[in-house]
Amino acid sequence: MSTVTTVPEGTVNPYALSHLDSLESEAVHIFREVAGEFERPVILFSGGKDSILMLHLALKAFAPAPVPFALLHVDTGHNFPEVLEYRDRTVEKYGLRLLVASVQEYIDAGKLRERPDGTRNPLQTVPLTEAIQRHRFDAVFGGGRRDEEKARAKERVFSLRDEFSQWDPRRQRPELWQLYNGRHAAGEHVRVFPISNWTELDVWQYIERESIELPEIYFAHEREVFNRNGMWLTAGEWGGPKEHERTETRQVRYRTVGDMSCTGAVDSDATTLDSVITEIAASRLTERGATRADDKMSEAAMEDRKREGYF
Amino acid sequence: MTGISTTEQLSATTLLRFATAGSVDDGKSTLVGRLLHDSKSVLTDQLEAVTQASLGRGQEAPDLALLTDGLRAEREQGITIDVAYRYFATARRRFILADTPGHVQYTRNMVTGASTAELAVVLVDARNGVVEQTRRHAAVAALLRVPHVVLAVNKMDLVEYAEPVFAAIAEEFTAYAASLGVPEITAIPISALAGDNVVEPSADMDWYGGPTVLEHLETVPVSHDLTGCHARFPVQYVIRPQTAEHPDYRGYAGQIAAGVFRVGESVTVLPSGRTTTIAGIDALGESVDIAWAPQSVTVRLADDIDVSRGDLLAPTDDAPAVTRDVGATVCHVADQPLSVGQRVLLKHTTRTVKAIVKDIPSRLTLDDLSQHPAPGRLVANDIGRVVVRTAEPLALDAYADSRRTGSFLLIDPADGTTLSAGMAGASFAEVALPGAGGGPANDDAEWDF
Repeated sequence: MSTVTTVPEGTVNPYALSHLDSLESEAVHIFREVAGEFERPVILFSGGKDSILMLHLALKAFAPAPVPFALLHVDTGHNFPEVLEYRDRTVEKYGLRLLVASVQEYIDAGKLRERPDGTRNPLQTVPLTEAIQRHRFDAVFGGGRRDEEKARAKERVFSLRDEFSQWDPRRQRPELWQLYNGRHAAGEHVRVFPISNWTELDVWQYIERESIELPEIYFAHEREVFNRNGMWLTAGEWGGPKEHERTETRQVRYRTVGDMSCTGAVDSDATTLDSVITEIAASRLTERGATRADDKMSEAAMEDRKREGYF
Repeated sequence: MTGISTTEQLSATTLLRFATAGSVDDGKSTLVGRLLHDSKSVLTDQLEAVTQASLGRGQEAPDLALLTDGLRAEREQGITIDVAYRYFATARRRFILADTPGHVQYTRNMVTGASTAELAVVLVDARNGVVEQTRRHAAVAALLRVPHVVLAVNKMDLVEYAEPVFAAIAEEFTAYAASLGVPEITAIPISALAGDNVVEPSADMDWYGGPTVLEHLETVPVSHDLTGCHARFPVQYVIRPQTAEHPDYRGYAGQIAAGVFRVGESVTVLPSGRTTTIAGIDALGESVDIAWAPQSVTVRLADDIDVSRGDLLAPTDDAPAVTRDVGATVCHVADQPLSVGQRVLLKHTTRTVKAIVKDIPSRLTLDDLSQHPAPGRLVANDIGRVVVRTAEPLALDAYADSRRTGSFLLIDPADGTTLSAGMAGASFAEVALPGAGGGPANDDAEWDF
């Protein structure tokens, strides 16, 4: 006989958790599972809102002790300066250890070749996977969410990667209850996605609730941009605009933070968290659909990159 | 500042995790597509991508199934291979939908989806009525003890929206599911294709006075009254800052698996059996007097006793017995078989121990709930009884009492593969008889095998 009884409809259940509390509790549980089961975990940190959220959750999960993980930033060399500044300030503030894997260094050393389209996002895979091998990380936290993309919707919270960091969607372990299986052989590692079940709106609402500071580019500001393939890209030394492309000043903000060459801005008046949330709730475009060129390359672009080791 | 902002109102909504189950042609993809589309959760660029892909395949209308089939192989074969999770929201509630494929050979996928679900939607084609597959889905929902089951009788448009057709199916299903111990069943006549009773009430079925599927999803109670549950706290991690600011802090971090814990309460640490008192509870940075499932908290104890990851805290007057002999039902989820005599790892809450499969007394056929004695081994998608002996004692509850502390995984120690999903104690809930009191799960229950 089950002792679980339901609360009669119409009554307020004092034990009900709000959806943000449920998601927070789940994410904290995942962070602590990894701390308990793995030897050398690391948090991927780009300075974008999802990794900032992850860091905030990790800080809460282990308080009052420090976060027992280092941060790893895969630097494309085309980062927004405001984001790098934010990254360094955050690392300083919480006494964290930051490791940087640099795409630019790989290009300079002749180990990676610049793509004709100038996009560096896919180039992150090699520096990332080599950093994981070099530091012998056995668990790598990523801020991926299942609502972002249809291949990500298929990924487990604990995602086993082989010695080449490859994802094989057909060989995933079923994930049952809250029992995450982190067993792996030497050389393999597990990608861990504590915010798998969050949506873009959840992330923003939680950031507001917890008063988490973000890099300024997430809020509406005047910026020199030019239009390429329907996206507003920030002009800069990374390679834009080209001769036929015309720069103009627009009031914009970013919904995602990635490589400057493939992350577009959206026209916006939202200068506060409240107004950003209102805009997002009303938007008819997904954040990736609106602002990420790398996902538009083919129907399976994300799946293909993930198979190669992308996060 | 006074009043509550829109954002705060939105974040005060609750979260419902639910799973769908249905055979290939029952219209499950259409129902999921309809729920997402009509609740305005499909955004323009997603619909555009699906429209483009559909045109590329020579289809005239956008194929909503492409919204949910995320893998290359799924799109190529036009089938759903794996569980996918979808997210949508209304003003009243947030939803996480475990979209599970309906093929017979993917029982493990429905088990995966149902393991975290508080509600399961079982689809039936109104023209075919309750078929073997329906009984299988009801059995999985009952086995996993999903608290709420919705029977969606689909394709009502193809039976002229006839009430007697619906009533007969609803009655047959309800009788069957109730006999398995499913606590709550709601039957809804729908047409996923035409949109009847999915999000909008149907104009063609004025004889139906119940909720639409979405309305039911929005109003079904998600949180259970936890005061009646046995309180359980598996220790995940020991927090010891050893900093100047917190030289003596020693907290036990974990997610409350069931019930309520209060400061001052006497607790027993299992399996050691030592008893102490809760000195404090830190709810992610805030000191509280009371905490409940599924909150992630840090518990401080009055005495400095040996507690580590894998231990369980329980109220001293309501602690589970510890055992090394586990009788359970398992769903075998791996391609490699599980055999009598096999050495495995057993992962229960935060504890992983060595174990050996002592016996596999029976295998169950979900179609008719018939049992096959002593099969010797279980293969992928089999469900069977097992007896496992563990190297160390476990503080295990019956799955009937706690989905969280009554569940476990069997893992292959050689390569880490998740072999089986285990549920301790009796398989199916006994049907509550009027006047019958609650008691411990009985292994000799009528529906056990």
